[in-house]
Amino acid sequence: MTATSVRSAIRATGLRKSYGKQLVLDGIDIQVAEGTVYALLGPNGAGKTTTVRILSTLIAADGGEVLIAGHDVVREPDAVRALIGVTGQFSAVDGLFTGEENLQLMADLRHLGKREGRRRVDELLERFDLVDAAKKPAATYSGGMRRRLDLAMTLVGDPRMIFLDEPTGGLDPRSRRVMWQTIRDLVAGGVTILLTTQYLEEADRLAHRIGVLDHGVLVAEGTPDELKRLVPGGHIRLSFGDAAELERAARTFDGAARDDEALILQIPSDGGIDSLRTLLDMLDAASIEVGELSVETPDLDDVFLSLTGDPLTEEATVR
Amino acid sequence: MTTYPLVLADSATMLRRNLRRMRRYPSLTFFIAGIPVVFLLLFVYVFGGTLGAGLGDVSGGRAEYVAYVVPGILLITVAGAAQGTAISVAMDMTEGIIDRFRTMAIARISVLTGHVIGSVIQTMLAIAIVVGVALLIGFRPTTGPAEWVAAAGLLALAALAVSWLSIALGMVPKDVETASNLPMFLVLLPFLSSGFVPTDSMPDGLSWFAENQPFTPIIETVRGLLLGTPIGSSGVLAAAWCVGISVVGYVWARRLYDRSPARG
Repeated sequence: MTATSVRSAIRATGLRKSYGKQLVLDGIDIQVAEGTVYALLGPNGAGKTTTVRILSTLIAADGGEVLIAGHDVVREPDAVRALIGVTGQFSAVDGLFTGEENLQLMADLRHLGKREGRRRVDELLERFDLVDAAKKPAATYSGGMRRRLDLAMTLVGDPRMIFLDEPTGGLDPRSRRVMWQTIRDLVAGGVTILLTTQYLEEADRLAHRIGVLDHGVLVAEGTPDELKRLVPGGHIRLSFGDAAELERAARTFDGAARDDEALILQIPSDGGIDSLRTLLDMLDAASIEVGELSVETPDLDDVFLSLTGDPLTEEATVR
Repeated sequence: MTTYPLVLADSATMLRRNLRRMRRYPSLTFFIAGIPVVFLLLFVYVFGGTLGAGLGDVSGGRAEYVAYVVPGILLITVAGAAQGTAISVAMDMTEGIIDRFRTMAIARISVLTGHVIGSVIQTMLAIAIVVGVALLIGFRPTTGPAEWVAAAGLLALAALAVSWLSIALGMVPKDVETASNLPMFLVLLPFLSSGFVPTDSMPDGLSWFAENQPFTPIIETVRGLLLGTPIGSSGVLAAAWCVGISVVGYVWARRLYDRSPARG
C-alpha cells in the first residue's frame, strides 16, 4: 500500500478493543506514511476516539500491535509520548489558568528552560491569535479560542506526530477554516497527522488517505479519489412538472432510475460535456419538457452509504 | 525515563499548578480553615464551660477546656482538609487536561505528588489560622519552641497521610459529588477520640475504639508537645499510623491513577 521508500509513522495491526460486552474495535489496520494526513471518517460510536486513545498511549488495546515511529506503544510508552501531541475531543485546557499560563505549564513539563519556554509561549500566542486573550482565564474563552489554545498547547513540544480527535467538532465555519489552514501548515512543516472527523468534506480536503470506520471495522481505505471510484459513477438528475412528462422521459432513457413521487429521473452518466450534449439532443428530439437539470458526481456521502448501508448523518447509538 | 530529577522537576511544576489553582479558587481554602474555627468557638464558648468542669481538675471551666480541645481541633483541621483535597482531585480528573498529561512524557506520579504537597501546604496554612484564633481566645502553650516545631512536624506528617488517602478517595468515584462525600468519615473520627473528652468517660466499646484509632495517639502527642502532658508510647504510635496510612494511600492512589481511564 505505502511505497517502501516512505517510512511508516504509524503502523497499527489488528487492533481490538471491547468495553464489557461492547465490541468497539474489531481488528483494525492503519498505516500512515510520514508527513501525511490520515483521516478516520465515521459516525459517532464507530470507534474513532477509541482508536486515537489507543494510538496515543492513553488506553491499552485488548489485542493487536501499534508502532509509532518504530516504538511499541505498550513497551515504550514514554518514547512514544516524547514524539506525539494529542488534542482530544474534550478540551484539555486548565479552565482556571489563563491562556498564557496554560502554555507556560506545557513549556515547563517539556523542560524547555526559562528563555526557550518564554519564546515558544509568545510565538504560539501570536500564531494562534491569542495575544489579546493571553491574560484571561481559559474558562472565559469561546469554543473556537479554546480549541486554538488546546492545539497551541499540543504544539509547545514541537511534536512530529499529532493526533486530532474531531478538531473542528462544534466550531463555526470561520474557526473551522482557520483550523484547516493550521493543519495544512503543520503538514507543510513535515508533521504527520491522524485526525478523526464526521465531516466528509473535511476528510476530502485535508487527508491524503481516508479510513472509513463503521461499528469498529474499517470498511474502506484509500485516497479520497480512490474511495469515490468505489461507488458507481455519477448521474444526471432531471426533475419534471408532471407524471406524463416523466413517463415519456423514462421511455426515452432506458436504464434510468425513476422516482414517481418526486417526479425525478436519474440517468447514469460520467457528467462530461459530450454525454451532456447527447442527453440534451435526445430531450430535444423527443420534445420533453424538463423542470430542472443537475449533474451529480459521487461524493463521500455516497461512498459511505454504499459501503455501510447507513447514511453518515444517522447517529449510531453505540458507546 | 522516570529518573529522579525528572520526578522532582515535574512535581514542582505540578505543585505550582495546584497552588495557583488554590489561589484562583480560594473559597475551598477558606472553608478548610473556617470550619475548624467555627468548631473551636462552638466547643469553647457553647460547650466549654460544662465540658471543662467535667475534666476533673481543680481550676476546671472554660479556660481549662480551651487548652484541652485545641489539639483535637487541629486534627479536625487536618481531617477536614481531606474533603477539599478529594474534591480538587476529582475535579481535576474530570478535566481533559489530565488526559493530556497522560499522553506526555512526564513523570506520571507528579500529577499526584503535586496534589499531595499542595494539599499539605494548604492544610498547614489552615492550621496556622486556627492556632492564631486559638491564641486570641486564650490558648497558651506551656512548652518551648523545639516542641512547637515537633508538633508542627507531626501535624504535617498527619496531613501527608490524610492527603494521600484522600487523593485515592477522590479518584474512586466518577463524579465530584460522591468524591466530596467519601472523606466525611475522616471528619467524624477526631470526635471519637481523646480530642474532645477523655476516652474513659465513654461507654466501654466506644472507649476501646477511641483508644485504638489513629487520631488518639496523634492528638495525645500534639497535646504533650504543646502542653507538656505525658506522651508515653503515643509518639511512636502516631508516627507509625501516619507512615502506614501514607503508604497505603500512596499505593492505592497510584493504582487508581494507573488504571485506564474508563471513558471510551
